[in-house]
Amino acid sequence: MTLAINVLLWLVVGTLAFIASMRGRVLLNEGSRAGAMEFILLLPRIGIGVVGSGFVAEALPNEWIAPWLGPESGFFGVVIATFGGALTPGGPVVGFSIGAAALKSGAGAPQVIAYSTAWALYAIHRLIIWEVPMMPARVVWLRAAVSLPLPFMAAALAMLLGRP
Amino acid sequence: MPRLPLPPLRARTARFIVLIKPVPPRRRRRAFDWSTATIAVLAFAAAVTVYVRDGREHFLTILFGDLALFAEMLPKVLAGCLIGAFVTLLLPRELVARWVGHESGFAGLLIAAFFGFLLPGGPITIYPVAGAFLVMGADAGAVVAFIVSWTLIGYTRALVWELPFFGADFVIWRIVAALPLPIVAGLLARAAVRAGFEYREGAQ
Repeated sequence: MTLAINVLLWLVVGTLAFIASMRGRVLLNEGSRAGAMEFILLLPRIGIGVVGSGFVAEALPNEWIAPWLGPESGFFGVVIATFGGALTPGGPVVGFSIGAAALKSGAGAPQVIAYSTAWALYAIHRLIIWEVPMMPARVVWLRAAVSLPLPFMAAALAMLLGRP
Repeated sequence: MPRLPLPPLRARTARFIVLIKPVPPRRRRRAFDWSTATIAVLAFAAAVTVYVRDGREHFLTILFGDLALFAEMLPKVLAGCLIGAFVTLLLPRELVARWVGHESGFAGLLIAAFFGFLLPGGPITIYPVAGAFLVMGADAGAVVAFIVSWTLIGYTRALVWELPFFGADFVIWRIVAALPLPIVAGLLARAAVRAGFEYREGAQ
């Protein structure tokens, strides 16, 4: 599975690099450089996120997670998870690491889905750091407002579908 | 459906400016920031807790397990970064704007959501592209569908970030549950605009 994904991703990279090189060497160099820089800047975040999430999952008291976010917590658990997601700071790794940690420590899957959906859609720091500087602020607030019900819908649909 | 009038001259000038400046400004980023620092403190506290409570051997088992996971992620992350960088350079933006503009209707929402699914890269890629869509005449609903789709069902994001943490079954399940949501968000945004929400500030 991992190998297949790696092959797929690198095929896409190869294709894009080829198209870029057809348009000129400068474009190829610029793309490779920008991608490599991004990667280097991300390394410490990913390292801390991955290694940290293992320890956080292990340190979290299971008996505390289960009643609040466990499979039995139902809609109330989804509400708590949604709030937690909106308030979680951090880059691409943080929300997933915390969600995975909660799942390992006994949280219910729909609750974890609500958490990571809320975190991905309207974590407050992300709106302020990324979206507002790059887009008209009113569009950002519009997007955040219409996203409010989505974590609940995601959790509800996940419950309807049932775990594969 | 009646044809909408041509966009005002200002909008057309804005479009011209975007066309001659195709690469969005890149924000400078540091390798370490306060949110990473918060997580680092949290991780350190958790590691100490595990060491003290469960002993050295258990601590090392977890540490090596996580380091192996980290090593496994690296090639995917590098690929994701390169894809994002090349797409930012190669994407024919003016074409995209035509497909998801004001007159695009429901199909425009579908196309925008599909682009969100397709376009790889991080926030540094997505928000400048979304901002450019707006300037070039995409409507708020399409832009919302695009961003929500990238956030929830974008494949590079899922492959690179989510999969190593959650495993394939869980990720596929979550994505299937999320499939209708970009369209829902886009429709809600259009409803808000129709109800009088003004999203183009002043000269925008």
